[in-house]
Amino acid sequence: MNMLDMFVDTMLSTLHDVLPIAAVLLGFQLLVLRQSIPHLWSVIRGFIYVLLGLALFLMGLQEAIFPLGETMARQLTDPHFLYGAAAEIPKLIQWQDYAWVYVFAFAIGLATTLAEPALIAVGLKAQQVSGGAISAWGLRIAVSLGVAVGVSIGCFRIVTGTDLWLYVVVAYVVVIIQTRFAPRMIIPLAYDSGGVTTSTVTVPLLAALGLGLASTIPGRSPLIDGFGLIAFASVFPIMSVMGYAQLSQKIGKSQQIKEEDNAL
Amino acid sequence: MWNRFRNAVKPLLNAVRDLTPIIVVILFFQGVVLKQPIPNLDELLAGLLFVLIGLALFIRGLEIGLFPLGEAMAHAFAKKGNVFWLLLFAFLLGFGTTVAEPALIAVAGKAAEVAAQSGAIKHSEMAMADYAFGLRMTVALSVGTAIVLGVLRILFGWPLHLCIMAGYLLVVVITYFAPEEIIGIAYDSGGVTTSTITVPLVTALGVGLATSIRGRNPVLDGFGLIAFASLLPMIFVMLYGVIIS
Repeated sequence: MNMLDMFVDTMLSTLHDVLPIAAVLLGFQLLVLRQSIPHLWSVIRGFIYVLLGLALFLMGLQEAIFPLGETMARQLTDPHFLYGAAAEIPKLIQWQDYAWVYVFAFAIGLATTLAEPALIAVGLKAQQVSGGAISAWGLRIAVSLGVAVGVSIGCFRIVTGTDLWLYVVVAYVVVIIQTRFAPRMIIPLAYDSGGVTTSTVTVPLLAALGLGLASTIPGRSPLIDGFGLIAFASVFPIMSVMGYAQLSQKIGKSQQIKEEDNAL
Repeated sequence: MWNRFRNAVKPLLNAVRDLTPIIVVILFFQGVVLKQPIPNLDELLAGLLFVLIGLALFIRGLEIGLFPLGEAMAHAFAKKGNVFWLLLFAFLLGFGTTVAEPALIAVAGKAAEVAAQSGAIKHSEMAMADYAFGLRMTVALSVGTAIVLGVLRILFGWPLHLCIMAGYLLVVVITYFAPEEIIGIAYDSGGVTTSTITVPLVTALGVGLATSIRGRNPVLDGFGLIAFASLLPMIFVMLYGVIIS
């Protein structure tokens, strides 16, 4: 397709997404709140930037990154790549055979989450609201690591064919235990980060990976086992963010003790 | 002048930093593991350039547009003191942003296929379209309800972790009763619903409310809306599965 056509197309579909939101905002502003918006022009400019930016971003992703990522996910899960072109494909697969898939899942989970616009937004807000006590970059790295680990384990689950709910229940129990010990300030952010991670960039690539895995492994149905990766990518960041806060609290405390020792 | 220049360049540099990991991963796997050349290199580079400029524009737009607007509206609602309008706004924000979400439309379509294959619904175009539509409405309704609950939590100061734990418990209990084919979809739908524009707006709403209501702390009470929005769809979708079968 022609570049310009594609841009107009993406722009229109983005507009279609934004329209209901804009209608709700505008309706309430005009009918219920009836107050002038401060810095109206800069807000309007901001909306235009968001629209244009999102359209360009999505178009670039569709053009460049998604096709390549999807091809790679397919190739990595292809039995001919895993067992060599000439070799026979064994009937019973071993989960260790898929080592590169786990590595790829980890790497792609980490990299795509770092580029996720919604997470950047929440990181910025958290840093601003906490007066710098929570660093945007630290939060984003913690979330990305959580997604990376979660997605790798999710792939392991598809390969072994174990039940999804078992993993989720165990993850919940860990989250509840961590909630008890994590610094209070981080808990709401940690819970939020679970939902934030999986939007524009991560979901399509994860879906391709899950479908690729489930359709090449004997005995798995792409329709049933292909789902579930996103669930992993939304539970694990909760743990990693709380873990990050616990760790930095510990480091902070031991440094404090050291400084006090030095002072003595 | 200098300020303007810096405002334009800094988001671009940040975008480069944010996108480098993806490029490294692609190069490594394509070159070292799969040992294949990169197809259509010029298209890839052009696409990356779009992604870069788009990300920079988006973030700048958030900072000058979406964040201030969300917070200004939250302050205005808090000042007005009318809970009904605030809750209606919260519901519509959640419902309106989810019902048209492309990721959700895609997932709902796939889910209908699963249901038809497993025999939960009839294998016809009509039945599948009905099922997908019902699923979409269920998720949109659940996100609207979730934002309402989240706003109520900020107003009344309920502790978030208790709400979430109760939610987890419900998820586990309903999982036990839900038909098997819906579980994966239900768990995924929690993550799919929160789109790139909803998240900043909802976050700004929560933080704005927590800042303008006395006795609320923006860090402790302002976040948490997204957590509700990713938990409730799981419960609602599984209930939908139970009711349909």
